[in-house]
Amino acid sequence: MTIHSKGFRHREPKIRIRLATWPLISMSDDELIWRVSGGSGDGIDSTSQNFAKALMRSGLDVFTHRHYPSRIRGGHTYVEIRAAADEVQSRGDGYNFLLALGDSFARNPQEEAYYGNEEIKPLSENLDELREGGVIVYDEGLLSEDDVADLDLEERAEENDWHVYPVDLRGLAKEHGREVMRNTAGVGITAGLLDMELEHIEDLMSGAMGGDILEANLEILHEAYEMVDEEFETTHDLRVPTGEHDTEQALLSGSNAIAYGAIDGGCRFIAGYPMTPWTDVFTILSQNFPDIGGVSEQVEDEIAAAALAVGASHAGAKAMSGSSGGGFALMSEPLGLAEMTETPLVLVESMRAGPSTGMPTKPEQGDLEFVLYTSQGDSSRVVFAPGTIEEAYEQTRLAFHIAWEYQIPTIIIYDQKLSGENKNVDVEFFDREPEPGLGTTLTEEELKEAAHDNSGKFERFGYEDNEKNVSKRSLPGQKGGRYLATGNEHSPVGHISEDPDNRVYQMTRRIEKLDSIREELDEEHDSNQTYFGDEDAEYGIITWGSSQGAVVEAVERLNDSGHSVKGISVSDMMPFAEAEVTEFLESVDEAMVVEMNATAQFRGLIQKELGRFGDKMTSLLKYNGNPFEPAEIVEGYEVNVADEDREPSAQVRIEPAAGD
Amino acid sequence: MSAFNAIGEEREIDRDEYTPGVEPQPTWCPGCGDFGVLKSLKQALPEVGKTPEEVLAVTGIGCSGKLNSYLDTYGFHTIHGRSLPVARAAKLANPELEVIAAGGDGDGYGIGGNHFIHTARENHDMTYIVFNNEIFGLTKGQTSPTSPKGHKSKTQPSGSAKSPLRPLSMSLNAGATYVARTAAVNPNQAKEIIKEAIEHDGFAHVDFLTQCPTWNKDARQYVPYVDVQESDDYDFDVSDREEAAQMMRETEDVLNEGTVLTGRYYVDDESPSYTEEKKAVGEMPEQPVAERYFDEDAEWERSYDLLERHT
Repeated sequence: MTIHSKGFRHREPKIRIRLATWPLISMSDDELIWRVSGGSGDGIDSTSQNFAKALMRSGLDVFTHRHYPSRIRGGHTYVEIRAAADEVQSRGDGYNFLLALGDSFARNPQEEAYYGNEEIKPLSENLDELREGGVIVYDEGLLSEDDVADLDLEERAEENDWHVYPVDLRGLAKEHGREVMRNTAGVGITAGLLDMELEHIEDLMSGAMGGDILEANLEILHEAYEMVDEEFETTHDLRVPTGEHDTEQALLSGSNAIAYGAIDGGCRFIAGYPMTPWTDVFTILSQNFPDIGGVSEQVEDEIAAAALAVGASHAGAKAMSGSSGGGFALMSEPLGLAEMTETPLVLVESMRAGPSTGMPTKPEQGDLEFVLYTSQGDSSRVVFAPGTIEEAYEQTRLAFHIAWEYQIPTIIIYDQKLSGENKNVDVEFFDREPEPGLGTTLTEEELKEAAHDNSGKFERFGYEDNEKNVSKRSLPGQKGGRYLATGNEHSPVGHISEDPDNRVYQMTRRIEKLDSIREELDEEHDSNQTYFGDEDAEYGIITWGSSQGAVVEAVERLNDSGHSVKGISVSDMMPFAEAEVTEFLESVDEAMVVEMNATAQFRGLIQKELGRFGDKMTSLLKYNGNPFEPAEIVEGYEVNVADEDREPSAQVRIEPAAGD
Repeated sequence: MSAFNAIGEEREIDRDEYTPGVEPQPTWCPGCGDFGVLKSLKQALPEVGKTPEEVLAVTGIGCSGKLNSYLDTYGFHTIHGRSLPVARAAKLANPELEVIAAGGDGDGYGIGGNHFIHTARENHDMTYIVFNNEIFGLTKGQTSPTSPKGHKSKTQPSGSAKSPLRPLSMSLNAGATYVARTAAVNPNQAKEIIKEAIEHDGFAHVDFLTQCPTWNKDARQYVPYVDVQESDDYDFDVSDREEAAQMMRETEDVLNEGTVLTGRYYVDDESPSYTEEKKAVGEMPEQPVAERYFDEDAEWERSYDLLERHT
């Protein structure tokens, strides 16, 4: 087996002035951002998961970002893994190592076909974001010489000081019997080029496979690794960073965290219908429930899914359902029923780019207004928007607590980004007691003391003793607890009533539960809002949900480079974090609201909730299907605030303050 | 020790217990068939030994949806077409409950048709009563999924161009394991069929002909009715799917020609209920989910113990 040189591998390293392919970068040298690209169905995801875990086990903090099409076989996909000694909170800017594996399910190019040459995309689509001095490894067994020549790769490599290593990974894998092992070969080459120990990769492989398959994979891993030393003339400086963890780490996605928050919140019933990206949470719980006494139901549609969760909760289970935008639209009616009947319920909404089918595998924060207000009548619901893996766990737990304490539907709104990205978390973070209580649900003993009408019917929605605006509930099958639940307005025992006084009492009580919840959140819990940056700054950046990581990093950079900026990431959407956001906005002269949608929904919410600050807030919006990178926010700040007279170079939009 | 002591309670049950003190008199029109359903339930429930507080009656929207306003059990008056997903989940959360769902023909065969098919298919151990009056009542007389072809209403001014849906055949095809039709004009048969449906271990579907004298037919138009079990003109085996299908087809064909056939059409006592199936594949705990929350000895698993796969 020989490696065919394409020439540019052997060139002398040169110092060059960078051209404007990626003008926004200010990055540290002690990080690796490894991008592995290929076609859907080529095992990119599992290959990257293991590599990320190996990096984590070696003592590094890792953060992964997935980019994939809505397609099962073929189509350009990549996973990026950012690894550094210190905490990494976002995907970072650009990347510095490309492993292009080729798309084995690529469509054949045709003159009129809009998709062009798919075969070369794992290489060609990724070049624009590769940093100066970056490394490229591509599978010359899958990418044809002519196609590569068409890219002017040699010329671009010279311009950007890229170090290109073509390797026949496919051929190498074939030699060892299985073509799919080209991924392992690629990992071996990567490890070799980065001077990375193979120990953790080997351990992970041994855990995942066995027998002949394991042996063949270990063999090819080593062969590829050693090939770098023996046959390559290397010119790059990039090496794997080193780091150390004080405690054991776990690599988790936002979907894992939501599912685990649900388990620890006592959830043992889930109903759902598959839809990307919500399916992850549904799958994780469905796979765990048989072992922990839970029930999972995949049903005919999302109306049924949410209605099942309502029915299960009504009968005494801590139940949840969820979907992404399109499916959540169908849940509007059961959601309203839960509000009216005061049935505890947790729903999760994993946003993707809309409207309609939109871009199924791309993140967006465009469903905020929808989730806050969908279903007829005035809303009485709680909405939390976690921004990180840890917040996803905490707030899902909290959602179950609030839902059962206050008998109110509670929604976790997150997105494709948080759903699928992996990050390392301290294992001990999860070391806490579960909370399986049913909140303000009475026992039969307690029901004996509770108010009943003259015929013995329980006053489920009575007028007395409604501490925190909550009237205690009973469950079917309990002695002395019978009542009627109905989506109609209803009397204390639940019978249909259109009496104006009763209407006003019940309606007001349901709505004012939100005030009681706000009070509890402010007084009894740590804040769900995250603060960062320079406390005394006069400029603020406000964000919500999964855009948090990139904003945190941008604020750090701005402060490092002499600006004075502070940031807040808001999670309490309803009841809104009124006091905290007011205090933040009062403390700054100007604020930029960063969110992934086209109509500044969160900025609108702030103005609606607070009724002022319209002239203080501008927006930085992005809705091209890709999450923010920190540099884009830094640039947004510079253009926006420093009143620089230029347009941002990234695909974002700046919206001026009201009245500007 | 159960947290739900109304369930399985052994005592004398007076049928008056099922009449709610707060709303003893229904608001249905005089002569409405819905009274027949209410009466047969009030008779059947004590006879099968069910106390009011071990029954959950889940209804949809429409005149029929008021059923649980007038039947003093635990009740859940849900939303249009959605009684079945609410009801079957209650059964999954607490399989010891006696769950009865009810709604109209528009509710169950129209807007909730998808749920009907899937609930029948899954064979949940519950009873589903469809108040079939071949019309939309509460919205004032529009053509419904079971209205005959040519039926004129404000929304079908030239007469419906659609053939009526076949509820019995649909139920059989979907997977219901007990399918019957009864009529408000035949209270004795209705009571017996409701009793059988409640006691059946699986999805029991009762298509209950409830005349709507205000917007559609009055009681006389469902008379004479024929009980296919008692009539010498019909002879078929209710446990035989083929024969049942044929009898259902004939029944549906002749209804709008003035022949009202009623009775049991299909009874499958062999197929396990959904709860049993789910337990068999290991995806349903022995202890009802709802009981566990009250069980002081329960040991709750936590995610901390699941983390090994992530390290």
